[in-house]
Amino acid sequence: MSFLPQLIFLIALGITGYLVSRRVSRISQNILLGKPLARKDKPVKRLQTMALIAMGQKKMFTRPLAGLMHFVIYAGFVLINIEVLEIVIDGIAGTHRIFAYVLPSSFYAFLISFFEFLAVGVMLSCVLFLIRRNVMKLPRFWKPEMKGWPALDANLILIIEIVLMVFILTMNAADQVLQTRDFADNHYTQTGVFAFSQLLVPMLSSIESNSTLVFIERFGWWAHILGIFAFAFYVTYSKHLHIALAFPNTYFSNLEPKGKFENMPSVTKEVKIAMGLIEDDGVVDEVGKFGAKDVNDLAWKNLMDAYACTECGRCTSQCPANITGKKLSPRKVMMDTRDRLEEVGQYIQSGKSKEEAFEMGSALYSDEYVSREELMACTTCNACVDACPINIDPLSIIMQMRQYIAMEEADAPQSWNMVFSNIENNLAPWQFSPSDRANWIQDVEK
Amino acid sequence: MSETTTFKVPLMADLAAEGKNPEVLFWVGCAGSFDDRYKKVTVAFVKILNKVGIDFAVLGTEEACTGDPAKRAGNEFLFQMQAVQNIELMNGYGIKKIVTACPHCFNTIKNEYPQLGGEYEVIHHSTFLQQLINDGKVKMKESGDFKGKKITYHDSCYLGRANDIYEAPRDVLKMLDADLVEMKNCRTKGLCCGAGGAQMFKDAEKGKKEVSQERMEQAIEVKADIVSVACPFCMVMMTDGTKQTGKEKEIKVYDLAELVAQAEGLN
Ligand code: SF4
Ligand code: SF4
Repeated sequence: MSFLPQLIFLIALGITGYLVSRRVSRISQNILLGKPLARKDKPVKRLQTMALIAMGQKKMFTRPLAGLMHFVIYAGFVLINIEVLEIVIDGIAGTHRIFAYVLPSSFYAFLISFFEFLAVGVMLSCVLFLIRRNVMKLPRFWKPEMKGWPALDANLILIIEIVLMVFILTMNAADQVLQTRDFADNHYTQTGVFAFSQLLVPMLSSIESNSTLVFIERFGWWAHILGIFAFAFYVTYSKHLHIALAFPNTYFSNLEPKGKFENMPSVTKEVKIAMGLIEDDGVVDEVGKFGAKDVNDLAWKNLMDAYACTECGRCTSQCPANITGKKLSPRKVMMDTRDRLEEVGQYIQSGKSKEEAFEMGSALYSDEYVSREELMACTTCNACVDACPINIDPLSIIMQMRQYIAMEEADAPQSWNMVFSNIENNLAPWQFSPSDRANWIQDVEK
Repeated sequence: MSETTTFKVPLMADLAAEGKNPEVLFWVGCAGSFDDRYKKVTVAFVKILNKVGIDFAVLGTEEACTGDPAKRAGNEFLFQMQAVQNIELMNGYGIKKIVTACPHCFNTIKNEYPQLGGEYEVIHHSTFLQQLINDGKVKMKESGDFKGKKITYHDSCYLGRANDIYEAPRDVLKMLDADLVEMKNCRTKGLCCGAGGAQMFKDAEKGKKEVSQERMEQAIEVKADIVSVACPFCMVMMTDGTKQTGKEKEIKVYDLAELVAQAEGLN
């Protein structure tokens, strides 16, 4: 009988482990549907980038207040994990507050008090974030792409975090009351006072029944840890996945100047043959398509970006097209990429072959997801790339789809087609005669 | 002083025929060659080069579009055709160093040509001017044409975020005896003029307003008398912006090179 809680705990842990790892492997499979892209050079530089951007959250602080609140939640999340470790050990071993035995008691009380301090900080920040979203209605959280599930997802995350913190504090408060009670088999070790939950002690002290208090303490404990298990699984479906993916995503950042757009190697050979610079060796390279129509035409890093995006909208709030009322929103491009990838992933899970899966539903480049109108509005200004706190590159996706439109569909806007033919015939985007190119020299010498 | 300087624009082909190789090639770009407004910038810059005695040349009619608009519009094939042609030409002349007044040409030649066989030291004219000033080669005349004037600098995306050049243009402007003010969006947060990514060559999509108007409103907010730019497309868009906001008379748009030339009395 006394092993029952341990058994239940192990089963819960096992189920969570199974569900989360299954999701993780599906997400990685989906990401690997993307095309190869070399991002393994310069490991030192990459580690530095990750340390600065993901761990140090450098770019979050361009908006200092939000940056600070976010940092509190982040630090709370990382450090409270030490307490979760204790809970997991207790859960498996059937012990109670095992660290209180191993650590000097004053240090244990300090440690838990510190976690409580973080917990309170997390709660406060989450409340403020909820207010910012729902009461102050910051415009970037109310763009069209945020309707429905994305808005609910964001609120749920904040609420779950608050609730989890409430459970910790309740459990700690009940524990402290129980430490003062005298009853048979009292295993509530003396730990000393916890800084924040002690404020709840007077309220709980009025409960006379020890078994009620034990129930409250146990309820807090179970609800907290089961909540975390559920949260871990939920996160894999949520925009909140950035808590894990921010790290690899910044590690694999583009380290080149932002203005450098990749040259397509498949085109280079053709161009050189056309210009008679190299001999046609008759080998027809497997070119595939030019640019991207669907998610499998994008590189794996674009797809990782999509899963890492936390829908904060900092990109969109800096986008000149979006600011001036155009339909383009770089955040939406990322959300659409993820949605389409998940859709295709589900077809594959349901037994379809990859080829079949990509034939089903609408491709990423379609009115269902990212439309031509959106793609054509981009000025390639890189404001979105610069604004993203975790170095996501919406522009890369936009450009690949533009290449598809221009090269595969030959469906660029009419005025661009004229530019193309001017460049080809007059060597300038305008219809001037190339022989007039140096006429300005007369203006200097006169 | 300027009266004594005779302005010359050596052509690469001529120098090559004489067996000479200039220190630096001035890449003029399509806008600098054909756009009436930006031709003035080209002229101003060339005058500065002459005055300082830089050993330079231009490609003249041999120059061709870098292919930037084609690439940003998605036409990679046309871009590479242009790039390879230009690279062949420049490699043939043994060119090592290039200066250009166009951030788009600058970005393309610096970042996208090397992989196609064109490796050069590429400098944007803002950095070039800053170096000349630092070396004491360009001295502003004392009269202070700009005294008491408010100048704001509009970051070009292809200089700023694309290539992390934020300070060189500002350092140049600080040399003028003017009051340098920053708009709400500047440096890494600079707001695009609306022309990048080949937008210059087509109408904007449906929206509330033009990007250029939004940007000019930011310049108006800081009460700028002069909006200085370092890019031919920004020049066009910001000039449009003055019209869209009805400030054509009050706010003037100049390129860095024009301001320096003016301060040097080279007009
Ligand atoms: S690069 Fe395109 S999508 Fe990104 S901010 Fe600029 S215009 Fe918007
Ligand atoms: S791409 Fe980056 S900035 Fe844009 S919404 Fe996603 S996380 Fe935020």
